[in-house]
Amino acid sequence: MNMEKVIFGFFIVLALTLNFGFFIGDIDNPQHHHAFELFAAVVVSLISTLLKFGDRTHLGAILLATSLVADLQLIIAALIWGWAEHVNPGGMTPEIMVSIVSLSGGALLANITSVVLLVAETITVRR
Amino acid sequence: MPGLFYILLRRLRIPLILLVIIYAISILGFVLIPGQDDQGNVWQMSFFHAFYFVSYMASTIGFGEIPYAFTNAQRMWAMFTIYASVIGWLYSIGSLLGVLQDPAFRRLRNEYLFRRNVQHLHTPFYLVCGYGDTSAILVEALSEEGIKSVVIDPDENNINELELNDYRRQPLGVVGDASHPNVLESAGVTSPYCLGVIALTDSDEVNLLIALSTHLLNPDTRFLARADSEEAVANIRSFGHNTVVNPFESFAERLVLALKCPGHYTLLEWMTGVPNEPFPEPSFPEHGHWVICGYGRFGQTLHEQLISSGIESSIIEPLPQDANLPGLIMGNGTGAQTLIKAGVREATGIIAGTDNDGNNLSILMTARELNPTIFMVTRQNNRENSLIFDRAGFHLTMKRGDVVAHKIFALLRTPLLSDFLSLAADKSEPWVNQLLSRILGVMDENVPYLWELKITKSRTPALYHACKPLKIEGKSSVPVPLRTLLRNPHDRDKYLQVIPLLLKREGAVLLVPDEDVTLQVSDRILMCATRSVRRRTDWATQNESVLHYLLTGNNSEGQSYFWRWLQRMRKACQS
Repeated sequence: MNMEKVIFGFFIVLALTLNFGFFIGDIDNPQHHHAFELFAAVVVSLISTLLKFGDRTHLGAILLATSLVADLQLIIAALIWGWAEHVNPGGMTPEIMVSIVSLSGGALLANITSVVLLVAETITVRR
Repeated sequence: MPGLFYILLRRLRIPLILLVIIYAISILGFVLIPGQDDQGNVWQMSFFHAFYFVSYMASTIGFGEIPYAFTNAQRMWAMFTIYASVIGWLYSIGSLLGVLQDPAFRRLRNEYLFRRNVQHLHTPFYLVCGYGDTSAILVEALSEEGIKSVVIDPDENNINELELNDYRRQPLGVVGDASHPNVLESAGVTSPYCLGVIALTDSDEVNLLIALSTHLLNPDTRFLARADSEEAVANIRSFGHNTVVNPFESFAERLVLALKCPGHYTLLEWMTGVPNEPFPEPSFPEHGHWVICGYGRFGQTLHEQLISSGIESSIIEPLPQDANLPGLIMGNGTGAQTLIKAGVREATGIIAGTDNDGNNLSILMTARELNPTIFMVTRQNNRENSLIFDRAGFHLTMKRGDVVAHKIFALLRTPLLSDFLSLAADKSEPWVNQLLSRILGVMDENVPYLWELKITKSRTPALYHACKPLKIEGKSSVPVPLRTLLRNPHDRDKYLQVIPLLLKREGAVLLVPDEDVTLQVSDRILMCATRSVRRRTDWATQNESVLHYLLTGNNSEGQSYFWRWLQRMRKACQS
């Protein structure tokens, strides 16, 4: 068992699961989407990006790219949330919630790609 | 760069992850711990405020407790996060600096920068392998001629020295082993701007490897090398169009030339000198008995050359390989007894040719005590000893680095120079002496400045158009004599201090051409003067109105079409 692989896989899968947890629920209902979940998703996504740094293989490059996409989407979602709560005079509205959740949905896709690539790599390496 | 970037990221992975975790814990703590607003109500900090607070707190900017004053629980958490984040940042920045300072990383970075600089080089350059005495002279001479050099040397100190020296065209240097083909490749051996490769390392083996790699990587490029042994010379010459210089041989050849034909020797010294070098005082030894101290590679070559030109000599050597050599005296030349035994009191000259500068100096000082009129020749091995060798006042000082560098530089400068030298070598001593006194008249305190003047459309447009045969009927081109180029652009009745040494055209080579010879398109002329005179002749060859004035004595017929049309109209009106 390779400890590095365990940590690597753990963070990549955790990024996906947290992202999914945030995404699931009515798309326009703020009750179904908690800020803590988004926060956790952003942090784990950032850590998994950093873990992918320095891998010079082709697969490593793709993994880094998908991770960067997820980061981008989640950070924009968080920024919109902050803007809605503290800057927007009307506060949080269902429309804004829809855009936040759909952005996290995009990140979810990127994270799914990451996991699929990870699984594909694991299957090809027969050791 | 991508490689470097990845290495940097890989080294910084742990510090960055640590930083993210510290931030995440701090932010989460502030969001979870209940606070109080200004009315005393319970107020939960949002992620937005928490991130804002942690950002300015961790970077030690510290705007204070925003938006409301903190409760004691929040302050306790803030205390923890202050220390945690400061440690996190210190660790990250420390790691970053550590990576940047890492010798391996810096070497990688330098190699990358060098490779990029070579790729961006869009001027002709020479690739010089090995940076020692010889290369230093050569690189400087090339930079004076406006040619860039790329230098490879395995010793970092040498490359640092190269970078600290002030050259007119700053050469590029890299630490590396030139016998590795990939090092040569990264130094631009395959570049279309690479004029040639010059291998000047101390090892014949390395020079041979460089020759092979160059021949295989870029067969069209020129290759020049230094080789100390006969086998290496033959080996490098055996493929491609390689030029090999044997320092001992060239050294001995020059010395024998100095003994036999001092005029030719002086001409050779002046013609092959590097720019801005003070010209050597000519000194003329006499025929007679010679004493050679040191019978190593140099002594042997010299002895053979002396025998073949009929000069008798005796040898002093402490550890001879062949004890039955005629004229051999066992011993160290530094002692007076050995020197007297070798006949220093009656000898015409003495050559101190050991590979130790201290011994050479000592030999000649002793010899001078014994015979004050003796002609003293010394071999100087280390360029750093120049000061004492100059002060000692010997008649001839042979510097190995200089000999090789001068020979290679003369080969690189212009092919006309070797033509000139081989033609001049066949001329008589009085002819050479006469030429020498003419050259002495045009040069300043430095060796004469030589350049090639080629009549082409791009380099000398004005001269090219003047020499070009006209195709229009009824109009014949005015002959342009060589004399035109020697006239002073400010006053055509005066002449510039310049000597045309050689004129080469298809089917003819004229040594020191007559001034009345008519110039033709694609003539190549080897000119000899000083650098400032060159600028003035360039003016005449490139500027049509200056050339017109030099040819006819009249001012130009105007630069622009309109002006020429106006002048034609005026002429028409007058007639």
